[in-house]
Amino acid sequence: MPTISMTVNGNAVSADVDVRTLLVHFIRDNIGLTGTHVGCDTSQCGACVVHVGGKSVKSCTMLAVQAEGADVATIEGLASGDEMHPMQAAFKEHHGLQCGFCTPGMVMSAIDLVNNNPGADEATIREQLDGNICRCTGYHNIVKAIQDGASRMGG
Amino acid sequence: MNSFEYHRPGSVTDAAAAISGADDGKFLAGGQTLLAVMKLGLAAPSDLVDLGGIADLKGIQVKGGAVTIGAMTTHAEVNSSADVQGAIPALASLASVIGDRQVRNSGTLGGSLANNDPAADYPAAILALGATITTDKRQIAADDFIVGLFETALEEGEMITSVSFPQPSKAAYKKFKQPASRFALVGVFVAQTPDGVRVAVTGASSHAHRAEVLEEALGNDFSPSALDSVTIPADGLNSDIHASAEYRANLVKVMAIRAVEACG
Ligand SMILES: Cc1cc2nc3c(=O)[nH]c(=O)nc-3n(C[C@H](O)[C@H](O)[C@H](O)COP(=O)(O)OP(=O)(O)OC[C@H]3O[C@@H](n4cnc5c(N)ncnc54)[C@H](O)[C@@H]3O)c2cc1C
Ligand code: FES
Ligand code: FES
Repeated sequence: MPTISMTVNGNAVSADVDVRTLLVHFIRDNIGLTGTHVGCDTSQCGACVVHVGGKSVKSCTMLAVQAEGADVATIEGLASGDEMHPMQAAFKEHHGLQCGFCTPGMVMSAIDLVNNNPGADEATIREQLDGNICRCTGYHNIVKAIQDGASRMGG
Repeated sequence: MNSFEYHRPGSVTDAAAAISGADDGKFLAGGQTLLAVMKLGLAAPSDLVDLGGIADLKGIQVKGGAVTIGAMTTHAEVNSSADVQGAIPALASLASVIGDRQVRNSGTLGGSLANNDPAADYPAAILALGATITTDKRQIAADDFIVGLFETALEEGEMITSVSFPQPSKAAYKKFKQPASRFALVGVFVAQTPDGVRVAVTGASSHAHRAEVLEEALGNDFSPSALDSVTIPADGLNSDIHASAEYRANLVKVMAIRAVEACG
């Protein structure tokens, strides 16, 4: 079994795992960070989105070994202490979630979206969010939250 | 997923050695297709040779009237490259309509071409632009590269290292997305090149192909109205739950007209 090491939310982590281990399972089962979800396991739904090297990826479609040595960010790493990340705060304020299952992936995708499209309008946000599926909200409040989150992030 | 031996070579030479030493090895690029088929048990390679650690396979260069893109360059990198946007804006814009942002951050040019999905976008670009595919063994003209359904001219263990796209005078790609998968229901790439007008269609049949009828009509008169009287035969086109062959045939014409309009 290979030993896999990477940085997750700023902390160095390491575990001996089966080479087939997907990044999402490494994060959930080996590191114990269960905020990152598995919805579909087939790169459709975006519940598993994390950042690797600052870019959003679907962690159900990446081997943990591919992230060897990488800088990984998950939903748990966004807040500073009790203070939510501006995108998390915007989701809370605009009711951008109902059951919350899609939310960690939505927030991680939203941050990448805003980093790449500062000042994105509603149409761009809707289009760029096509890798994330929500079965509850109808997306309306998610889009509102991202627009507000973008301005809170200074974009 | 079956187990495999994992390799992460740092050079093209080491990767070639790893694959030739393997029983039934496969290259791993962005994994956006390969990991999915391995999960389904449709592929069970003995060895995975991860190309992610080879710096020589990444990057974009514009020189001698062509844009050369390393095989491991992601769709997002092609889309956001100022060099590609400047030299062949149609190619940058094609990269922006592949899958979703997360797929574009992982999926690569080389992986997409080696896989040659019948509804993938890049196969249309290499055919219409008359690109040259460079492998670790030779150079292959786009017209010879696309062979059949998921079939290319690549031999066992042969690695795409880069793809060189000659700069067209005008080009545009128009895609009608299958809304659930985001692959092309039909995509048409139109280019005015030094060798004349080239038109390639993806999504419509078993593999991307040149559309001679459209090339001829546009060769005589490069305008949307030149296609008014053209009929695309439905014979041999795909028919499935998403669209009939007749519907796809009509879409080929509609997307071609929109692409010519976008050429301005
Ligand atoms: C949700 C989703 C939506 C998508 N939508 C689209 C779309 O709209 N349009 C589209 O075109 N594509 C789409 N794709 C496919 C995506 O664009 C990837 O590019 C494609 O899956 C393969 O690229 P990869 O880098 O991930 O290759 P991998 O999955 O790693 O490899 C694919 C195959 O190519 C081989 N290979 C990889 N690199 C090389 C190389 N350099 N030389 C030789 N062989 C090599 C591998 O061995 C494997 O057989 C989608 C994928 C997903 C998951
Ligand atoms: S669990 Fe990864 S995209 Fe659905
Ligand atoms: S809030 Fe329930 S899936 Fe999005």
